[in-house]
Amino acid sequence: MTNELELQQTPQKKGSAFLERIKSGVKAFGLPRLIITGFLVLLFLIAPAAHVNIGTAITDVINRFGMNAIMVLAMVPMIHSGCGLNFGLPLGIIAGLLGATLSIQTNIPGGASFWLAILYATPFSVIFGWAYGKLLNKVKGSEMMIATYVGFSAVSFMCMMWLLLPFKNPTMIWGYGGSGLRTTISTQGYYYHYLNDFLALDFSKWVSPASVGDGAFIGAMKNFFSHLVIPTGMILFFAVFAFIIWAFLKTKMGTAMTAVGSNSQFAMASGINIDRTRTISVIMSTWLGAVGILVYEQSFGFIQLYNAPFYMAMPAVSAILIGGASVNKATITNVIIGTILYQGIVTMTPSVMNGLVHTDMSEVIRIIISNGMIIYALTRKTEASR
Amino acid sequence: MAEKSDYLLEMKNISKDYNGNVVLKDVSLSIKPGDVVGLVGENGAGKSTLMNILFGMNVIRDTGGYGGKILIEGNEVNFASPSDALKAGIGMVHQEFSLLPGFTATENILLNREPQNKNIISQVFGKRANTLNRKEMQRVALLAITKLGVELNSEMVVGSMPVGHKQFTEISREISKPNIKLLVLDEPTAVLAEKEAEALLRSIENLSKAGIAVIFITHRLQEILDVCNKVVVMRDGMVVKELVAKSTSISEMAKLMVGREVKAQENAEDETSKLRVVENKPILSIRNLWVDMPGEIVKNVNLDVMKGEFLGIGGLAGQGKIGIPNGIMGLYTAGGKVTFDGKDIPLNNPRECLTSGLAFVSEDRRGVGLLLDESLEWNVTFSAMQIHNKFLKKIGFIKFRDNKAIKKTTDKYIEQLQVKCTSSKQKAKELSGGNQQKICLAKAFVLEPKLLFVSEPTRGIDIGAKALVLESLKRYNRESGTTIVMISSELEELRSSCDRIAIISDGAVSGILPASTSSEEFGMLMVGNKTPKEAS
Amino acid sequence: MSNIFKNAVTSVKDGFKGFGDRQSKKFHDFVNRGPKENLKNLGEFALNNIVPIIFIVFCAFAIPISGQPFSSVVRDVVTRLMRNSFLVLSLLIPIMAGMGLNFGMTLGAMAGQIGLILVSDWQVVGIPGLMLAAIISIPISIVLGWFCGTMLNKAKGREMVTSYMISFFMNGVYQLVVLYMMGSIIPIASNSLLLPRGYGIRNTVNFAGTKGSLGMRKSLDNFWSFNIGTIQIPILTILIIALLCIFILWFKKTKLGQDMRAVGQDMEVAREAGIKVERTRVLAIIISTVLAGFGMIIYLSNMGTLNTYNSHSQIGMFSIAALLVGGASVSKANIRNAFLGIILFHTMFIVSPYAGKNLIGEAQLGEYFRVFVSYGVITLSLVLYEVKARRAKGHQAKELKEAQEKMLKNKETAEVIA
Repeated sequence: MTNELELQQTPQKKGSAFLERIKSGVKAFGLPRLIITGFLVLLFLIAPAAHVNIGTAITDVINRFGMNAIMVLAMVPMIHSGCGLNFGLPLGIIAGLLGATLSIQTNIPGGASFWLAILYATPFSVIFGWAYGKLLNKVKGSEMMIATYVGFSAVSFMCMMWLLLPFKNPTMIWGYGGSGLRTTISTQGYYYHYLNDFLALDFSKWVSPASVGDGAFIGAMKNFFSHLVIPTGMILFFAVFAFIIWAFLKTKMGTAMTAVGSNSQFAMASGINIDRTRTISVIMSTWLGAVGILVYEQSFGFIQLYNAPFYMAMPAVSAILIGGASVNKATITNVIIGTILYQGIVTMTPSVMNGLVHTDMSEVIRIIISNGMIIYALTRKTEASR
Repeated sequence: MAEKSDYLLEMKNISKDYNGNVVLKDVSLSIKPGDVVGLVGENGAGKSTLMNILFGMNVIRDTGGYGGKILIEGNEVNFASPSDALKAGIGMVHQEFSLLPGFTATENILLNREPQNKNIISQVFGKRANTLNRKEMQRVALLAITKLGVELNSEMVVGSMPVGHKQFTEISREISKPNIKLLVLDEPTAVLAEKEAEALLRSIENLSKAGIAVIFITHRLQEILDVCNKVVVMRDGMVVKELVAKSTSISEMAKLMVGREVKAQENAEDETSKLRVVENKPILSIRNLWVDMPGEIVKNVNLDVMKGEFLGIGGLAGQGKIGIPNGIMGLYTAGGKVTFDGKDIPLNNPRECLTSGLAFVSEDRRGVGLLLDESLEWNVTFSAMQIHNKFLKKIGFIKFRDNKAIKKTTDKYIEQLQVKCTSSKQKAKELSGGNQQKICLAKAFVLEPKLLFVSEPTRGIDIGAKALVLESLKRYNRESGTTIVMISSELEELRSSCDRIAIISDGAVSGILPASTSSEEFGMLMVGNKTPKEAS
Repeated sequence: MSNIFKNAVTSVKDGFKGFGDRQSKKFHDFVNRGPKENLKNLGEFALNNIVPIIFIVFCAFAIPISGQPFSSVVRDVVTRLMRNSFLVLSLLIPIMAGMGLNFGMTLGAMAGQIGLILVSDWQVVGIPGLMLAAIISIPISIVLGWFCGTMLNKAKGREMVTSYMISFFMNGVYQLVVLYMMGSIIPIASNSLLLPRGYGIRNTVNFAGTKGSLGMRKSLDNFWSFNIGTIQIPILTILIIALLCIFILWFKKTKLGQDMRAVGQDMEVAREAGIKVERTRVLAIIISTVLAGFGMIIYLSNMGTLNTYNSHSQIGMFSIAALLVGGASVSKANIRNAFLGIILFHTMFIVSPYAGKNLIGEAQLGEYFRVFVSYGVITLSLVLYEVKARRAKGHQAKELKEAQEKMLKNKETAEVIA
């Protein structure tokens, strides 16, 4: 009787209905996300005025997208299983770094070293992820704070290990001291640009920059394409991983994982082993973090050790939040949109700002946007209910 | 304008409905100073609504207020909030403690009413920089404790007190308030040991001597006889009778509480029931079960459920009836021995229970029963997918969700149970309570269990949905021969659906009777008096 | 005035008396219990104080290995005790209000730094300069604390991670102000403060004094002090820290302090009793932020230089680690924890590079080690706290089980007798 009444909506005035729809649209998309998208669009619009080549800009954004996307993807399993945002990503990164250094120690040149690095990193990520997952199961409800400090502890512990571990390959160790790894190790000669160059589309090979005789439109197009490079291999690599995760979430296990994150009580009553599911998600996240950093290194050109992994979780966390994820819901679309928006702003602000006012405020803007986004996600009412 | 009244409190012709659903009809109550009035009735008889009205709780105002008049010492009042009621001298001690575990009794008694000393800093920064006057606090607290006449260490930290002393602290807090005239005690003895309860009853007498009136809500009828001078029995939102405590008996009260003219049990004997066979052999036997479910603790339950029957489990709230299925299904820590279908069921292991053919529809729909943020499809099929590997299809060597099969099944149940929704993709949180309950049932039916526990299936849903839910449960029992154990606070609901009804009191079975037994006898069992006619 | 003094004196007296009483009671209990019971209690004591115990053991080994003379270790520890106490003590009030470790204390540190930068630009030196900096920091701290507190009210149950992220967020805002607005929008006259480009503050700001005038460096410590051997005892600094301790003891006895303790235990019960929960929580954070601002000024005046873009973020972590090392937890901390923690933590901090060098010939290793220990301690404390809280919940099930077993046993014996 009354439930029919509940379903009936109260009639609304037509004029306000339209406004309401816009309002609810904005609400669904999220005001901060709207502002960030607007900001990015604005940057692209004023880029020509700052003498920034759009072709170069797009190349940069795509490249940085490819470098970071898998680390953002690493957030997805843990969010699905209700472990929250993976502030402990540095743990996965460390597994990746161990894989990278061991691979270089093995000294197989070229692309094979990339696959070898993934192979080496895998047992580490499984072990780290397993232990990390067990720990998080003991502290349900305050995973995020503890995850942050687990990450920090691991990074600072590895700082000591990088000094002590008996690596021998001369490309990696300090030249003068003879012991301890360098802070940055070049991937040149190993897997440098292994994915980037795979089937890469370098338009500058086919298009030359604008010359005097070209019309305005042709000139602009020429200028655009002559600076455009698409790292096809890296994008494909991400696409494969994104597909695997997407497909995984549709399996029996993936469905269980989502249910654990959505309502762990429900999942328990349906006979799901909550702790086991969560641990698996943490192992997945950790392994993706390891692969993610390897992809990053092959494009960046250097393996960064010691303090470098400290704050690497933050960009990934805020990227997925900017993409529309919340503390307990995330999709592959969130990953893609978020990474593009976040990396777009990170790459565009310095060049545009520099071109316009000759000051580089990009770092400050990055800090405010990324951390502001995390605070926004943490303080949203809907999240606080669980 | 006020003529002096003999009565401290008069409630005249109080009525209340929630969206047309009448919960109180023409209730009148009058109390003199020093009176101890016992208020008894089944769950849902309207006791708590009546008290909510007296205290001006938000729930009442938000749902359209109430009808009738409340007078205090002859003046009409209409409290806007519980603190208004406090100002008028009415205090209440709730069933759940509202105490700070890290504070001493004194600190709790005077919480946010601490006597203070001014100092120079507080002159500048305001009253909150005043220091507390510990001596005065001590004095006021001791005064209240003495007035209550109990032994209570005012400097003891509440967290390390036995339950009884916590209760005394609560009561002391109420009577330490200035001009307290009337105290409402909501089941104060429910959590107490026998000795503590005795002390509490004595302290009620002390209060009465000091001129403070008490409304005493309890299910322990003996206590009413011991301490009250007047008893008000409520049923179905009405005052059935006012009794003089001296000249009544437990059986009279119990009869009045549950007794109903309507004979409901003919439903249980309808034709369909003849179609099925209830074997006289237990499918589920429970031995020495204990369950640690807060608020519904099970202490020692022994119970046999026959194959094919529709068993009801009744009892008053907080006695442990809800703990039974929650413990067996592994949602709360439990111990004891449970045998199902000839083999032992490991406790604290939901998966084992489900695979061996048990299923459970939880009383906590939103917390345990549903994935509120997911679609109806997920809600209906998730358990069956995980337990019986249904709704999966193989692509390559990996099993994926079979969305087509999921939709088909969900649509089938939406139609069969008349769930009102926009589509099977709608999120569960957008449905009304009744429709959510139907989804919970569908989830259990999809599992095709041999035995189904249903806990409080009609709680918080409207009458139309209620009838449908009960009807579909009954049909499920008759048609597919599934044994059903239904736990409910509403005795009439059990009597109209079940074959036998077990009554739980104080965490154990106090008796099992056929559904056709008179309500009176069930009432006696509920309040903990075992009848000699106990059936096994 | 005399009234407040009297209050303060009695509160300190009560504090000591309470302490003494508690200790003697503990001793009494100890004597009255049997040896087995005591052994069990000892185990429990060790488990509850695992972090300080690890540190004491570590320091006992590391000091000899470091090869540092004991007196110089003591001297350094005393210096750091004077420098850091105020900051660590500023963390106590939010813990009292049940809001956990206030990672947002860096907000106060930022306010203190802004105060100091402005004061050194205005060339106000010595103690008046420090006082002026403190006065400037107050309104900034209040605004930042209000912001932080309001945000935390929206994130109940995950205050710590939120306050942690707020400190990062505000760090961005701080950089915006100090690196871009100072010198361009906010007038800064002194070129020695500004970056060569004409706006923005340099990476390090020296308080040692320019143009021959006395700076603010150590002005507090040197104002009134004496030496024991080579150890300088700065009386004024000690007095200020003592004053803060008295303030904290006194604060616990105020109505607001009582309300905070109530809110910290159970927000719903406090709200029912009519306490304004949200407001009380915001006040706790504001007080903590203001105190952290003062603490930062004391800290920097002792250091003599401001690391403009780093000092505040480091100090947050080190202060929290120090408090936890002293045996505090997310929900419980007192003045004793603060002092014990600073002494232990900084002893570790001072000796570990030397110990690292002597053990493996790498001073760098010791430096990494102490960073690892800082993070590790925070992690360990947070995990232990959560695990303990969980264990307390499982208690009732055990009781029920025991009751059941007892009953069954009684039944059996009854049957045997029958």
